[in-house]
Amino acid sequence: MAVSRLASSSSSLSKLLLRPLPAPPFSRSFSAIASDDDGTVLTIETSVPFTGHKIDPPSRSVDTTRNELLSFFHDMSVMRRMEIAADSLYKAKLIRGFCHLYDGQEAVAIGMEAAITKRDSIITAYRDHCTFLGRGGTLVEVFSELMGRRSGCSKGKGGSMHFYKKEAGFYGGHGIVGAQIPLGCGLAFAQKYSKDETVTFALYGDGAANQGQLFEALNMSALWDLPVILVCENNHYGMGTAEWRASKSPAYYKRGDYVPGLKVDGMDVLAVKQACKFAKEHALKNGPIILEMDTYRYHGHSMSDPGSTYRTRDEISGVRQERDPIERVRKLILTYEISSASELKDIEKGIRKEVDEAIRQAKESPMPDPSELFTNVYVKGFGVEAFGADRKEVKAVLP
Amino acid sequence: MALRGLGRRISIGKRCFSSASEVEKRPRDGKQINLFSAINQALHIALETDSRAYVFGEDVGFGGVFRCTTGLADRFGRNRVFNTPLCEQGIAGFAIGLAAMGNRAIAEIQFADYIYPAFDQIVNEAAKFRYRSGNQFNCGGLTIRSPYGAVGHGGHYHSQSPEAFFCHVPGLKVVIPRSPQQAKGLLLACIRDPNPVVFFEPKWLYRLAVEEVPERDYMLPLSQAEVIRQGSDITLVGWGAQLSVLERACDEAAKDGISCELIDLRTLIPWDKETVEASVRKTGRLLVSHEAPVTGGFGAEISASIAERCFLRHGLQLEAPVARICGLDTPFPLVYEPFYMPTKNKVLDAIKATVNY
Repeated sequence: MAVSRLASSSSSLSKLLLRPLPAPPFSRSFSAIASDDDGTVLTIETSVPFTGHKIDPPSRSVDTTRNELLSFFHDMSVMRRMEIAADSLYKAKLIRGFCHLYDGQEAVAIGMEAAITKRDSIITAYRDHCTFLGRGGTLVEVFSELMGRRSGCSKGKGGSMHFYKKEAGFYGGHGIVGAQIPLGCGLAFAQKYSKDETVTFALYGDGAANQGQLFEALNMSALWDLPVILVCENNHYGMGTAEWRASKSPAYYKRGDYVPGLKVDGMDVLAVKQACKFAKEHALKNGPIILEMDTYRYHGHSMSDPGSTYRTRDEISGVRQERDPIERVRKLILTYEISSASELKDIEKGIRKEVDEAIRQAKESPMPDPSELFTNVYVKGFGVEAFGADRKEVKAVLP
Repeated sequence: MALRGLGRRISIGKRCFSSASEVEKRPRDGKQINLFSAINQALHIALETDSRAYVFGEDVGFGGVFRCTTGLADRFGRNRVFNTPLCEQGIAGFAIGLAAMGNRAIAEIQFADYIYPAFDQIVNEAAKFRYRSGNQFNCGGLTIRSPYGAVGHGGHYHSQSPEAFFCHVPGLKVVIPRSPQQAKGLLLACIRDPNPVVFFEPKWLYRLAVEEVPERDYMLPLSQAEVIRQGSDITLVGWGAQLSVLERACDEAAKDGISCELIDLRTLIPWDKETVEASVRKTGRLLVSHEAPVTGGFGAEISASIAERCFLRHGLQLEAPVARICGLDTPFPLVYEPFYMPTKNKVLDAIKATVNY
């Protein structure tokens, strides 16, 4: 998890743990048992109940702790700040190529991480900056890779769409829509084979939900009871096409037919956490399950898309006001008096500095060496023909 | 046999100077427009002149990501110009079926990099339909248009040149225009050609290339290469956006006294071997250039065919090995694009090396 050193950053936290809490608007119960050193367990209801397809949905009461809520706030704010900074870097032409931003959808990445371990695998499409961060990637690695520098997670050779982190089970970062889904099922097969009680989360979008390979993958995973959780991050627009114009049935959690599904409010990090925990348990026992995360992206599809030609600005600002994932957690924190508004502001200021510092470091990183153009095509290069000016150097064997 | 040979020599003669006669025939009735506007005009004309023509693909309704389909949905209605969901294999198969019923199906694959899910449909269903049904059925009305090629910052999946994969399939035609005026005429010819055609549009030129394009309905012949510059020392063959690179190399070579003949292949299969052969028999040297990786690229086919035909013949022969200046044998890179591309200087080096062989 990207920086969660909150106990040290918020000194008044320990004081708050001892103060009695006023009755909150949500129903909750105290647990007399303190969980580790995190203090009391809070039980909070999700925004809406889960809807199940061929499965009994989990309870909408989610257990969490104060530390966890603060870490949610911090981590989602880092992601939000990072994406906004990437926007500015792109406009300043320091990032070239394509850049697909995740702001608005942070709860999906964070909630998922809260429910799983780094031994579980995640594979996603190209909107992967925040997923990478959630898997333990650092801001410097993110910005370096975006700017094509050597210290990037893919050595600067991948760019925005191709982030990977092997040691944390993050399999990237894929450009072709829907292609990562059968890959995810393959990962799950390997996990089942090695009997290590881990699962794979294969993420895709509402646009990819109409690709044939999704249904091929669903059939294979169901046939072989693979521990794969297919997560449809439904932000309601496939590039500029609204879901109802692309899909006969936009109820993506039902599209698995014989594969059970769950519809989740993807803007509520606690709902995401609950759903992912439930899904992991299910997948280990019974095989595949689909999670449809009802989420939203504030930016357009990519930096080339203003995002306002196919949806109204009112819609975007409406979602920002009513359903923003960070604001939701902020309200919870303030209601439960876990922290004060000014302390949260301080956290945000600290994050801004952290992000700026990471950008500064990333800018200092050099571009990859030209010889890297030829590395890793095969395990070892097989030699390339390149012409010199006098044709005497016709062949060059490159690494 | 002798008569046929005679006929071929005559037609070669005509084709060699086709560029000159085409220039004469070109009337001044056009406006300066760019590539996507030229393609847009061609599509408007295609739908206007054939009530059973349809245009569909991802996001074509509002005009498409490159504006090639603007105005079509408004003018011809959503029953003839419509969006498909995100499913290339489905789009291709659907288009083949539509064409099999005698319609003109003009399908768009949003980027050539995404054409691979549709590859099976194109190779196995479209290309072989007429053949395996003994001419009972065909999907000649099928035209698949797709933006291809580097664009400066496209990276792995927005820059590929997959033309070589399709050139390996008998039954298909592959056509690539170099400029707006060419694109409009070639696209209309492809749409009306009774064979399935894959039409690759150089995306770098969508906005950059501006040319005078006649507003009327006109077609350019398929399987006919065009000699766009006469020369005597070396023949350069290319297509699409690469031609502008080759042209600049020709200009620089001219400063060194090397006279280059430049040929735009236009149709890659079935390709115009005669024109290229006649040119090489004149100059004795050949250089082929394309953005796709060199190994297995279409330049290999041209090189092998010309070597077969021009090795030693009637006293005229190849003076130097055929040079191929192409993309490197790596995936299309992100930050390394300038190194990967077959740039003007690489071409120039090869021209000089070949001439001085």
